[in-house]
Formats: sequence, C-alpha cells, structure tokens
Amino acid sequence: MKKLSLAEHSVRELNSALHDPQAMDGGTEWYVSDPDGRHALACGLNDELQVTIDGHAGYYCAGMNQHATVVVNGTVGVGVAENMMSGLVRVRGNASQSAGATGHGGLLVIEGNASARCGISMKGIDIVVGGDVGHMSAFMGQAGRLVVCGDAGEAFGDSIYEARLYVRGQVESLGADCIEKPMRDEHREELRGLLAHAGMDFDPSEFRRYGSARELYNFHVDNAGIEQGDSHE
Amino acid sequence: MSDRTEDWGLRESATFDRRTIHEIQRAADTGIYDIRGFGAKRHLPHFDDLLFLGASMSRYPLEGYREKCATDVVLGDRYASRPLHLDIPVTIAGMSFGALSANAKDALGRGASAVGTSTTTGDGGMTDEERGQSRTLVYQYLPSRYGMNPDHLRMADAIEVVLGQGAKPGGGGMLMGQKISDRVAEMRTLPAGIDQRSACRHPDWTGPDDLAIKIEELREITDWKTPVYIKVGASRTYYDVKLAVKSGADVVVLDGMQGGTAATQEVFIEHVGIPILAAIPQAVQALQEMGMHRRVQLIVSGGIRSGADVAKAMALGADAVGIGTAALIALGCNHPRWSEDYQRIGSEAGFYDDYQAGQDPAGISTQDPELAARLDPEQAGRRLANYLRVMTLEAQTIARACGKSHLHNLEPQDLVALNMEAAAMARVPLAGTEWVPGSTPG
Repeated sequence: MKKLSLAEHSVRELNSALHDPQAMDGGTEWYVSDPDGRHALACGLNDELQVTIDGHAGYYCAGMNQHATVVVNGTVGVGVAENMMSGLVRVRGNASQSAGATGHGGLLVIEGNASARCGISMKGIDIVVGGDVGHMSAFMGQAGRLVVCGDAGEAFGDSIYEARLYVRGQVESLGADCIEKPMRDEHREELRGLLAHAGMDFDPSEFRRYGSARELYNFHVDNAGIEQGDSHE
Repeated sequence: MSDRTEDWGLRESATFDRRTIHEIQRAADTGIYDIRGFGAKRHLPHFDDLLFLGASMSRYPLEGYREKCATDVVLGDRYASRPLHLDIPVTIAGMSFGALSANAKDALGRGASAVGTSTTTGDGGMTDEERGQSRTLVYQYLPSRYGMNPDHLRMADAIEVVLGQGAKPGGGGMLMGQKISDRVAEMRTLPAGIDQRSACRHPDWTGPDDLAIKIEELREITDWKTPVYIKVGASRTYYDVKLAVKSGADVVVLDGMQGGTAATQEVFIEHVGIPILAAIPQAVQALQEMGMHRRVQLIVSGGIRSGADVAKAMALGADAVGIGTAALIALGCNHPRWSEDYQRIGSEAGFYDDYQAGQDPAGISTQDPELAARLDPEQAGRRLANYLRVMTLEAQTIARACGKSHLHNLEPQDLVALNMEAAAMARVPLAGTEWVPGSTPG
C-alpha cells in the first residue's frame, strides 16, 4: 500500500500520482492521511485503484471518478463524487450539498446524512444515504436510484425525469411532478440489492417509492406554473 | 399590401404595428409564449455605428496586401501548460449537437480546422464527428452537464465553463421534443421526444468562491494542462468579468445579446441582456483595473458578421471573437436555394428562425435524417473556411489602413462613433469631435 501524507505533499502531487499509477510502481492501494478538508482530492481517477482518505475532505472529493474505489473516513464538502461515471465512493461521515451531482454511474454511499441537492441532475448513478437528505434532493434527476434510509427534505424530486427514489422515513414535501408510486416486488428486489451493495441493513418493505408523474415533459400552458393565486387582485 | 394601405391613406400604429398585433393574436390563440431560434432581431447599437480613422498624415499605413499584418492569438496561458495557439482570432462559438445536426457539427469542425481556429461543443456533449474534424476543440461545461464525460474533458483542448449566453443571460437552454432523437436522448440521458429544459444554474457550485474551487477541480482532473474559459452573457459585465478573473479563468468569453440561440423565448431574446458594443468596454475596464488585460484573454461574440466587426471588437480590446449565427449562415442556413421549402413551413430564406422546430430545410438545425442529409459536411466546411478567410482578410485590410502590423495592435483610438449612443457605449468619441458621452464634458 502506498502512503501519502497531505501534510507533506500537495494535492497536485497526490492527484498526479493517482492519475498515473504505473509511474508509482503499479501500486493500486493508496492511503492518504492529513487531508484536513482540502479540495479536489482523488478527483478524475481513471483506474481500478483503492484509495482511503483518512480524515475530512473538502469540495469535489472523488469528482468524476471512473473505476476507482474511494473511501473517506470523515465528512466531505460540496459535490462529493460529482459526475461519477463508475466505481464506488463511500463516505463514513456526513456529506455537504450536491453529493453525487450529475453522476452517470457507479455507487455513492454516504453512511451519515447528506445535505441539500443530494443527487441533483443524477444521470445514472446509484446513491445510498444512511441518514437524511436535505431539500431539493434528486432535483431534475434523470436516471439512477437514490435510496434514503432516513428522511428527505422539502421539494424532494423536483422536476424529476426518470430517476427512481426510495425513502424509508418521512418526506417533508414532494417537488413539482414528483409523486409516490406503488412499491412492487421488483422494486423491493432492486432496493434489496442496492442496500446490500451499500452495506446497509434495512428491510426494503419499510421504504416508499417516488418518481416522475411525467406531466412536465412537454411545454404547454398548463405547465407554466401560473397558479390562480398569482392573479392580480 | 403596403402599397394598398398607403393608397387608402391607412396609418399603421408605431406602437401596435402589424407584427405586434400578430403576436398579441398568437398569444391569445395559444396561451403560451413564443419560442424561437436565431438571436435578437430588434435594432441595437452595434459595430455598424463605429468607423475607423484610417491613416493619413498623422498615422502611417501599411501596404494593403503584402506588408505583414499578423492574425494569430494565444489563448489560455495564464495557468494552463498547454494554451491554444490559433492562426486567426475568429473562433466558432458553442453550439450543441441536438440543436444542430451531426453533419453541421462536422462541417463546423472542418471549416474551423482548415483555417487554424477552434470550434466549441455545446449542451449535450462531444460527438465523435466533432472531435474528429476539429483540430482545436473547446469543451463546454454547462449547468445541465448533459453528456458530461471526464474522458471528453481530457480530450478537449480547452474547457469553457458556461454561466450564461448572450441570448438569454439568466436562462437555461431548451431543446424541443421534435429534436430529441434517439441519439440525442441517449447522449443526454433523457427520454426521447420530451421538451428538454436545461438547468440555468450549475448543480454543484454557487457564486465565485465556489467556482474558484470548481475550476481547481477541473484543473486537477486535467493535470493543469488545459485552459479554462468562463463564458458569461452580457449583462452586469464589469462585475462578472472581475469575478471570472478572481475565480481563476484563463479566458473570459463574453456573449452579447445579439448572440444566437437554438431555442429561447422571444421575450428573453429581445429584452434581456445588453448589446456587445456596450459590454466590451466594461470587460476591458475590469481586466485593466485588475492588471489582467491581455493576460486573461477576452473573446467576444454576439452579432459578429464581417472582418470590420472583428477589427472593431479587437480595437475595443478583445483578443478574439466568436461567431455562431454567421457560421451557420456560411454553412447554408437561410440560403435562397431552399426558398420554396422555407415558404412551405411559413417562413422565407433570410427570415428563418424556427431552429427549435427541427424542420430546417438546410439540414443544419434539425435531427431529421432526411433533412440533415441535405448538408454536405465537406462542402459546407469549405464554405465556412472561405468565409473565415474573408473575415480575416477584411480585418487585416482595416488594420493595415490604420498602420497596424498585428490585429492586436488595433486600439480604441482608431475608432469614432456615428451617434451618441454608440459613442457612450463604446467609449469612443463622436465622429468629428473629442466628445465621449458619459466620460468627458460635452
């Protein structure tokens, strides 16, 4: 295992090494200490690496990840695993907003809570959150699955396309065009697999499913958001 | 029609003219706003309102065809280890596959590459045709992140973080269902046939402090090799440019309200944003105050049509320009050869702006395979290359007449304005006077 302390090396040195692992004697296992909330750690990885960040990470940790497994033993800032394509990112603590934003693939596991806009514009990523998610989560979610083992904040799934959402706790409110949908066997099976993959021990039957009513898919006057209460009085 | 109304002594209202009446009637019929393509069609203060002061006794001109007048430009050398070196300062602005056919994107790449300049992706990602034909390709990083792919990011020659567009600063893109073909849908991870709306805000940052960290991430992913542009629609330009520089941009792209669009609400196109003429001096002032003019390059777009426009933009302080609508026209958009087809869909060559409808007879703003096949990418690419060469020659002609051996040597002192509006906006004197309205006493 390669060990690198960010107290002694720069973020540039870390990422440079992770982008060219062959140059580092072909090592695939990395242990990164002293992250101290630095930004852009282990972003743009493109190999089957196992990276452990031992501490708190800042913005965009594991951004645009492909193939690699990144584990953060701490909390993460904005946009963890943003636009992830494949691989696995696991956060042992909490995540700030926009976790997994626009992700196209792979699995993001947040063992704690995730803040606002978790899974915003998700495009195929799977996200499993052990705790709660903040407001506007799965906003404009296009594809992929978001599993919330705790509660979801307001405007959940606003303007959603085809992402599939599962929540075990309460949903404060649903966003535009997001509705509750029936939970059938195929969904419980899908959820069971996601929870197992994420290492979460919850009963799929405790979850409810949400998705798109598909009523905002075309522009017409009824979708313009003009409500009766908006008229001049 | 006009002859008859005049014969009858009928008076048309300047306020409620026939076009206005038609729009009110259309709104009453449909209950939904008008969406169209192209750019602002209203009259605006523009480069036509400026003139160059050619050399005579007080300045020494260069011989018109043979004396050196260089046109090359370096973009993105502030932080990136691989800045762009373009042969001409006229670039192709961002236009998406989806808005445009694959053949049109292919042709843009061919035309730009033939004359040594760059082309730019758009909302929806990078196509193989585009990358294959573009010697220098700028990859747009947009709020929607449709088709956003780190492999493409690493394949790009520059990255353009798009905050806004001149046709709709503050608004996101649209792509109507008739243009969401299976290929477009797959690239954007969307159901085919829906009316797609792009986000107007980036999903994972808000404000310039966050953007600085986002740019740091993009640089880390590309190992600090690739220049990072920031594109803004012209509105509060002075402040936007300062914040873009603070956020770490290598290049600022400034798009005036005359800039084109594939689909936007008419009310947005015509009533939001400011003309490029008013925006360039604000941007240059911001850069100069930060000691960054020419260190952070400025690319301006929005209504650039000729070498005269190129020269005027550069004299006002731009390092390069971008063209979109003009490039499409060079490819064949609005060409009279399709006049009958335009009439069949309720338009005419020279007026066609329904890019959103996907029925473009010229095969450019469409995903219909039969229509798209009308555009021969090789031939259209040659037309674009010709047009870019003409623009460059025209700009050189003007620069030489002003005694400049490089287009970058053009300066505001080479310009005067024909009217007070243009003088005030461009911050150059009214012709025949020393008066710059708003800056010096009248």
